[in-house]
Amino acid sequence: MTVPGAWYLVLAAVLFGIGATGLLVRRNVLVMFMCIELMLNAVNLTFVTFARLLDDIGGQASVFFVLVVAAAEVVVGLAIIVAMFRRRAAATADEIHILKG
Amino acid sequence: MDAAYAILALPLLGTAILLFGGRRTGDPASGWIATAMAVGSFVATVVVWASLLGHSAASRTVHKGLFTWIPVGSLHVSFGLQLDPLSLTWALFSSGVGSLITLYSIGYMKGDSSYGRFFFYMNLFLFSMLVLVLADSYLFSFVGWEGVGYCSYGLIGFWFERNSAAVAAKKAFVTNRIGDFGFMIALFMMFGHFHSFNYSTVLAPLASGRLTLAGATATGLALMLFLGAVGKSAQIPLYMWLPDAMEGPTPVSALIHAATMVTAGVYLVARSAPILHFSPSAQWVVASIGAATALLAATIACGQDDIKRVLAYSTISQLGYMFLGEGSGDYGAGIFHTVMHAFFKALLFLGAGAVIHALHDEQDMKKMGGLWKYLPVSSWTFLAGFLALSAIPPFDGFWSKDAILAAAWHKSPALWAVGVVTAALTAYYMSRQFVLVFGGKARWVDRAAEHGAAGHEAGGHAGGRPHEAPPVMTVPLVILAVGSTVGWLMNAPFAGLNFLERWLAPVFPARIAPSFAVATGTKWAIGTVATAFAILGLVAGLSAWRRTAERPALEPAVLAHAWYIDETVSAAASGPLARLASGVSFGVDAGLVDGLVNGVGRLAAQSGRQLRRFQTGYVRNYALGIGIGAAAILAYLATRMGG
Amino acid sequence: MIQSVLFAGVGHLAQSGSGCLGPNGTSITGLCTSDNSLHMPVAYRSILPMLVLFIGALVLLLVSALLSKRSRPGLYPVLSTAVGLAALVASVWEWYDVGNRGVSTIGGQIFYDRFSVFFGVVVSVTVVLASLVSDSYLRREGLDGVEAYALILLAGTGAVLMAEAAGLIMLFLGLEIMSIALYVMAAYHRRRTESGEAGFKYFILGSFSSAIFLYGVALTYGATGSTRFQDIAGYLARNTLVHDGVLLAGMALLIVGLGFKVAAVPFHFWTPDVYQGSPTPFTGYMAALAKAAGFAGLLRTLTGALSSQQANWRPVIWLIAVLTLLIGSVMAIAQRDLKRMMAYSSISQAGYVLVGLQAGSAAGTAGSLFYLFTYAFVIVGTFAVLGLIQGPGEARNDLGAIRGLARRRPGLAMAMLVFLLAQAGVPLTSGFLAKFYVIEASVQRGQYPLAIIAMLAAAIAAFFYLRIALLMYAGEGEAAGPAPALEPAGGGAEAAGEAAGEAFVADGALTAGLQPVPSLDGATATLTWEPPPEERIAIPPAVAATLAICVVFTIAAGVSSPIIDFARHATAMI
Repeated sequence: MTVPGAWYLVLAAVLFGIGATGLLVRRNVLVMFMCIELMLNAVNLTFVTFARLLDDIGGQASVFFVLVVAAAEVVVGLAIIVAMFRRRAAATADEIHILKG
Repeated sequence: MDAAYAILALPLLGTAILLFGGRRTGDPASGWIATAMAVGSFVATVVVWASLLGHSAASRTVHKGLFTWIPVGSLHVSFGLQLDPLSLTWALFSSGVGSLITLYSIGYMKGDSSYGRFFFYMNLFLFSMLVLVLADSYLFSFVGWEGVGYCSYGLIGFWFERNSAAVAAKKAFVTNRIGDFGFMIALFMMFGHFHSFNYSTVLAPLASGRLTLAGATATGLALMLFLGAVGKSAQIPLYMWLPDAMEGPTPVSALIHAATMVTAGVYLVARSAPILHFSPSAQWVVASIGAATALLAATIACGQDDIKRVLAYSTISQLGYMFLGEGSGDYGAGIFHTVMHAFFKALLFLGAGAVIHALHDEQDMKKMGGLWKYLPVSSWTFLAGFLALSAIPPFDGFWSKDAILAAAWHKSPALWAVGVVTAALTAYYMSRQFVLVFGGKARWVDRAAEHGAAGHEAGGHAGGRPHEAPPVMTVPLVILAVGSTVGWLMNAPFAGLNFLERWLAPVFPARIAPSFAVATGTKWAIGTVATAFAILGLVAGLSAWRRTAERPALEPAVLAHAWYIDETVSAAASGPLARLASGVSFGVDAGLVDGLVNGVGRLAAQSGRQLRRFQTGYVRNYALGIGIGAAAILAYLATRMGG
Repeated sequence: MIQSVLFAGVGHLAQSGSGCLGPNGTSITGLCTSDNSLHMPVAYRSILPMLVLFIGALVLLLVSALLSKRSRPGLYPVLSTAVGLAALVASVWEWYDVGNRGVSTIGGQIFYDRFSVFFGVVVSVTVVLASLVSDSYLRREGLDGVEAYALILLAGTGAVLMAEAAGLIMLFLGLEIMSIALYVMAAYHRRRTESGEAGFKYFILGSFSSAIFLYGVALTYGATGSTRFQDIAGYLARNTLVHDGVLLAGMALLIVGLGFKVAAVPFHFWTPDVYQGSPTPFTGYMAALAKAAGFAGLLRTLTGALSSQQANWRPVIWLIAVLTLLIGSVMAIAQRDLKRMMAYSSISQAGYVLVGLQAGSAAGTAGSLFYLFTYAFVIVGTFAVLGLIQGPGEARNDLGAIRGLARRRPGLAMAMLVFLLAQAGVPLTSGFLAKFYVIEASVQRGQYPLAIIAMLAAAIAAFFYLRIALLMYAGEGEAAGPAPALEPAGGGAEAAGEAAGEAFVADGALTAGLQPVPSLDGATATLTWEPPPEERIAIPPAVAATLAICVVFTIAAGVSSPIIDFARHATAMI
């Protein structure tokens, strides 16, 4: 049994949606961060699927770029988060709202 | 010809030097720098003028490009200079008189705490004025127009710590806005019709007959331009700012509010002669407003006690004459009077300044008198200016006023009659001024006697009695007095001697300004009648005021209060109008505009405050905003699928 | 040597026909065609500015590793400025080079055209200006070090890459290189909580928008079969899509992702917080750079690759532009923090660039480019001034801090006045022409409502620009300062007329919003309207020079035309 390509795309869309929703509803900074990773990987899945459907290697190559960029983002992001929450008990995003209005 | 650039560059350089180094150069170096730049500019103007004289009369229009401002599609706006007889006439007397007045200011402003700032404004003003007259397009001219306006407010409010000065500056600002509004509408109309602001594309075809203009368009355009001129040149109904503008230092009154800036309106109308030509009704409006202003201001001048306010109303009145000449179709006469007026009115103001200076800032003529023997130079030169303004032959004013009256007679005897009556009033109030200031008994307090000579040493005036001003002030007076006496020779109404008229002829070809012949006999008659009226006024003034300074019967309150027009307008504006703009007690003059502006402002501020609620500071709310935005775009594009 | 080996290998593969054999004997097309082979001739001159910036960053880091810590306090800004200047020189050289040789690409992934070079110039200039103004700030705050300058250069690298990108993947790469550097810069002030918060918010939201952007890239790729602009445009020109849903969805997400970078409403929420929290000179850099690069990406994508979809994206951009213009101006009025106010102002300014983009014409693009170039000077200058007056520790960022500046530092106030007038769009400053060009382009396309809204927004915005100007020239407790200096902005004479300053401040729309605003947590914030203590503001020479450059440029670009010609030539995209 072969799974139609469109199903992968739907799966990717669902994963992307889960990631986006998670970012909106979760308060733990690290979980929010993971949600972004989930979104990026949903995109990767989309790339690979399209590459397969189009029979084009470009989409697969793109995934590598995304992976590298995601890694770089993790490094910088974690550094910022650590610097931010070093002196706090819980890593909750809602604590951070001095700047507003 | 490249000297043309120097005309503008030198005052601009002076402005820059004084802006950045004004505090360091100080007193009196700032003044000398400004004077040097002004004189340099004048010399450059003379050089350009001389080289233009080398051209044949027909080719005396030279264009100098400066830069392209907006080179886009349909709108191509470039700034350049147009050197032609008209612009050079203005440039010559503006920079010439400007140089003398800047020189005079070195002495007059001595010791002022903002010495550098004053000369900064003087040079900036000169630069702006030269831009105004030398520009090659209405738009560029408007830049100069705004520039002189800015300097004017800055200098009226120069002593801004005086409340009256600040209020006067504000009044000038608001009144001029109304005029500028007209100018701007004219610019829009012009662009809509010609797709250009340049004189060469707008005016030249009209002047040469390649293009005609529909009457309605011409009337609208001409009247809007004239509205701008009315604001700048203080004509009815926008004249009220000029008397108040006397709050500024006296050299400013002489330069900006008598000799140069206020004649910008006259320039604008003269420049727009090709447009005016297509609208006889607009010409009538110009002539009538001019005549009415001349008469009204002259009557008010008869009842004023402040030495500078008399001259201010006199300026309004004389500007009315200039518009009368232009509206009557004789632009040459209007311009001739403008130039002559620049000489004698600058002279009178500077003379008044010397008197004020000598009397320690006393401006009330009732507290002057008997200064003849103390201020010989000022007295003699003031006398020359007085006779010139009163149009007593053979002084300047006689010749130029005569030319205007002849044109007015040609237009309509009614206009002429108004002009002649005004001439008599002019002679009357000027002779009144002269005898009140210089003649009769001294009514000022002899400070020497009051304090003792020693006690007054600190005041800087040894001896305490009024004494003549220093040479930097008297030299300009003498030069201007000579100009007021023999300046008319540049346009004597005799065959071959009408240099100015022939010089200006290429700008006003017969097509747009048909020449008219007034029979020689009529001319003589007009001259004689005008002189008779002037002498009548002179004698009346002298005999009435020679012995006493108190003649209440001759100074009805209605004249002293300028026909109560100012008060009425203020009352109307501050009463009903202010209530109309309820909640806005900001100012009487801009009540309505402010209400509108404030309304929009309040609305914006209020919505801003409400919208701030969405800026919660929580990251997930922000992300939600992005998400909603994305969803909205997706939803919109979903409706376009398959399209 | 390596090249020849590679070439031999590829040559071998290429001999086997149009494709090449996979491991199991099947033919893989698209991998080894002659224009897509492993061997890619790289014309390094065409990415020279980017290389200069990138290598410059590496050199900086290397130098710092070799030298002992803090041995050369003034070295890094000088190096960074030098690198920026070198990139500028390279860009200028490229401008002529591209004119001589014509446009080209590197493997269909990097464009070498005037559009790229234009942004090379803009970014280099911004780097130079930012390096010059950052030094004194960083020393004052005790943050001196090589990292700041390396980050400036790296962010610049990313920005140039975004403008040079010939495909969505390269665009994404540039976007990330720039953004990651900017996240760190936002969080750079270690001791200010606000700075950390700014970095955190910028990072989370930026990553979120990057993911959305990337999803847009994937969808566009799926719909058109390529991520390269040329191929996308070519594909869309050849084919009429029956099911264009995927493409439209991709386009929408691309707009979201790039709209975030340029701070377009409703993707702008991060902007005020980040601009307020970031170190002040970095804010200026960020505003100039991210906007320029983001719009470069938008222009490349929408007017370049997706120009056939104009009917679909122009209404979207229309709405975004309107929202951006109005919300930016309106929100700015209600602010009392200078940096925050300028953040909303920058949102509003982005609206004008969007107006130019929305026109979807060469004139509109030229207007947008002109806007971005001139805006870089204005905004860097503005934040440089704010950085000086705020005092150590960014103690005073409220509106009161600028009160009476004209008396204390007339030169500084004059520079600020020029920047404010430029942002308000007063004639004879670059801001007027910039607004004029984009609105003119919009009118040419018959977008009268948009043009009118843009002008209305300018009128609203004039309030708060003028308010800052009035505050600068207001004296201590009285408005009757040297008022004439206000009059170029119009309406200043009213200020002169009012004797009682407090009455004036409390009344009139110019000062609407000056009243205490109830803060969201219910308590009424007490405002300090006292002018700052009368201590002399030190103006470091480097900052003075930068301000002078910015002022001169702002005025020069406002009175003459070379910049618009420059921008107009740059619209020639491949």
